[in-house]
Amino acid sequence: MTATLKKLGAARTPGEAWVWLTAMGLTVGLVMILGLLGLVLVQGLKAFWPRRVVEITLRAGSPQALQGALTFGGEITKEQEKSGNPDAADTEADRREWQLFLGNKDAYGLAFKFVDFAHIEKTTRPAGLLKLERLEYGPALGYPVTLHLPGREPLPAQAATFRAELTRLVAEAAARRAEIRRIEKKEIGAINQQMTQWRQRQRALERERDAGRDVTAALAEAAARQAALEEPYHQLAARARELRAAQAASTLRYRLMSGPEREVPLGQVVNFYFPNQLTTAQRLGLFFHNVWTFLSEEPREANTEGGIFPAIFGTFVMTLLMSLAVTPFGVLAAIYLREYARQGPLVRAVRIAVNNLAGVPSIVFGVFGLGFFVYFLGGSLDALFFKEALPTPTFGTGGVLWAALTLALMTVPVVVVATEEALAAVSRGSREGSLACGASKWQTIQRIVLPAAAPGILTGLILAMARGAGEVAPLMLVGVVKLAPELPLNLNYPFIHLDQKFMHLGFHIYDLGFQSPDSEAAKPMVFATTLFLIALVVLLNLTAILIRNHLRKKYATGAF
Amino acid sequence: MDATAAGSDTAFRLRTATPGASLPAEGSFNPRLIEIQNFDFFYGTNQVLHGINLDIAERHVTALIGPSGCGKTTLLRNLNRMNDLVDGIHHRGDIKIRGASIYHPHLEVIALRKRIGMVFQKSNPFPKSIYENVIYSLRVAGVRDRARLDETVERSLQAAALWDEVKDRLHTSALALSGGQQQRLCIARAIANQPEILLMDEPCSALDPVATAKIEELILDLKTQFTIVIVTHNMQQAARISDHTAFFYLGQLVEFGPTSRIFTSPAKKQTEDYVTGRFG
Repeated sequence: MTATLKKLGAARTPGEAWVWLTAMGLTVGLVMILGLLGLVLVQGLKAFWPRRVVEITLRAGSPQALQGALTFGGEITKEQEKSGNPDAADTEADRREWQLFLGNKDAYGLAFKFVDFAHIEKTTRPAGLLKLERLEYGPALGYPVTLHLPGREPLPAQAATFRAELTRLVAEAAARRAEIRRIEKKEIGAINQQMTQWRQRQRALERERDAGRDVTAALAEAAARQAALEEPYHQLAARARELRAAQAASTLRYRLMSGPEREVPLGQVVNFYFPNQLTTAQRLGLFFHNVWTFLSEEPREANTEGGIFPAIFGTFVMTLLMSLAVTPFGVLAAIYLREYARQGPLVRAVRIAVNNLAGVPSIVFGVFGLGFFVYFLGGSLDALFFKEALPTPTFGTGGVLWAALTLALMTVPVVVVATEEALAAVSRGSREGSLACGASKWQTIQRIVLPAAAPGILTGLILAMARGAGEVAPLMLVGVVKLAPELPLNLNYPFIHLDQKFMHLGFHIYDLGFQSPDSEAAKPMVFATTLFLIALVVLLNLTAILIRNHLRKKYATGAF
Repeated sequence: MDATAAGSDTAFRLRTATPGASLPAEGSFNPRLIEIQNFDFFYGTNQVLHGINLDIAERHVTALIGPSGCGKTTLLRNLNRMNDLVDGIHHRGDIKIRGASIYHPHLEVIALRKRIGMVFQKSNPFPKSIYENVIYSLRVAGVRDRARLDETVERSLQAAALWDEVKDRLHTSALALSGGQQQRLCIARAIANQPEILLMDEPCSALDPVATAKIEELILDLKTQFTIVIVTHNMQQAARISDHTAFFYLGQLVEFGPTSRIFTSPAKKQTEDYVTGRFG
């Protein structure tokens, strides 16, 4: 009996073990990818969830008091085993500690504090606690005391109208902030732009005058124009000053959990809520509000607060420009290589060289981009067309165009390889059919081969976009900045500013995680930014995939 | 060796054809429309055609038969210089159409192909609409006149016996047609620009008997307008539709003559063995 079974076992299909091995390979890969995505997703979304706030009272004489106060509080961000060698006498609870997010960085000088379980006497969740999101110093946590309006009696927090009044004042402050922003960015920005133009014109004229030409009239006009611009500028600046003063007029007094009272101008308050009073629905609403703020607003406080909109936009514009540059370039190169070049050792060598370009470290492309695009091309452009602005460089410094071109260069091998494969896959029958109809070789490529190869070309583009959008190192050399004052695409003529420096999600992650003053506070932002970088790449790829599927359907090969 | 046949790239270079080199205009019945003279053909060092001499008559169907690898398809593909696409080919001898060599150095191969339609073994409609498929040769020739395009589509599809089946869906994808319809569409495409000569490379080899019968009927119709050269493996088909038959074996033209004679009283033993099915 056993012998028969053994025989059966021996007769099993050879290679069965290898199936398992391949399945294991896939499983390991999937687990790693899903683990990474899961981590990013959970940590990224956690950053937006409004947490409850605890108030902690320590045992008398505890060395962990905060500025002498035994009572303080904050959001619990972590619960962990204490580091260091545990004492044998410690109980389980003794060995654990909380990490608290205290807020009130202006009062405490620190944002996070570790508290041992052993030192805690009691914890409560007071309903009256208020969380203020501020323009500076991060959020504040405390009990509201009074609301001070200019020329009115202070309104105590117990008053029935307190909350409504606070809501109204914060909304007013937000409206004034938007107004100030509009004046300073748009209107003063436009005047500044004109002024710069006239100043450059004046400088050019002065150079002509020095060369001995008579330009007195033109010079006078340039000076007059500049003077004429002064007046509206001062008016706008005065209005902005006025609004700023109004921002500081009303204030809110609040008491910290540790005791001292503080006052904040309402112009500083972005949003407020009572974290221990929220219902689940309100919490969810706040969560989406936070996500939206993060996506749509500009960063504040060295990027650790506020949103990432300029970085999303910069990444999007740069990736789009890169795709526009890399596609024609790569496709044309691949067409020549596959369709026209005589296949032989030389073409093989070129093909190998192109493939190997994909293995060059991206920072090398960055250095090349800096040397060739920025200094050589940009410098020449400046010398030819933007002489007036020199020595301030226009194109002779990093910018979104040079970054896009550098990345296009980096991703061209991907597009070339994919296009070549797609061209090779177009059936001989279609080509011969076209040629037999009296089409030239170019007509055949243009009308038959390229449409049929389009889905394959798009696959290459998808890979190139994914690689380009996630790249950081070369961008640091050719145009990415920590904080860009303007978007590369805006309403100021000529609308697209190819010379402008831009923000990028990948660089933003690096900056937040490794360059910010408080890396602990920036950690949730790092995860959230990563999440949206991945989401943006997925979105761009999905678009390309949809186009590809549409093309596939259109050009499905007719086999019967 | 003829200098013009050296490489594939030279064949596509556009040249201004000198008047003397272009093909003479169509005339009345010409028994020697295509003259193949002492034609040798090589793929690299491998000689696949040996000294072929063959005249093809205007508005007749000439069938090229023979076992696989005998060179009949190679010869057919030389008539419109489709073999130029292959690297490392060369030839000796000459092929003339209406007395003008198709290997003349000043002849534009594109102009040549415009006068010679071709239907392939495997139907190869383009992934476009039926309409665009038919007018492809006019499109690449730069014809934009809508009325002429419409007229061409109807005439060609009528001639290919496909009009009634597709007239209501001209703008749908050609790839949705059945195999037989696709092959008839390819015939319509090949005759759309009114070529003089129609080359057919085993047009029915992938079709069922019903579709084959339709195409054979079509060939007999088309014969009144076009000179047809057809390669076929199907002896009955050759007997049914052709006026002349050429039997090839191992790159040699063994026998050529009126179809009735080749199939009833062939002069050569090899021919008789082949047409009676004793080998091949």
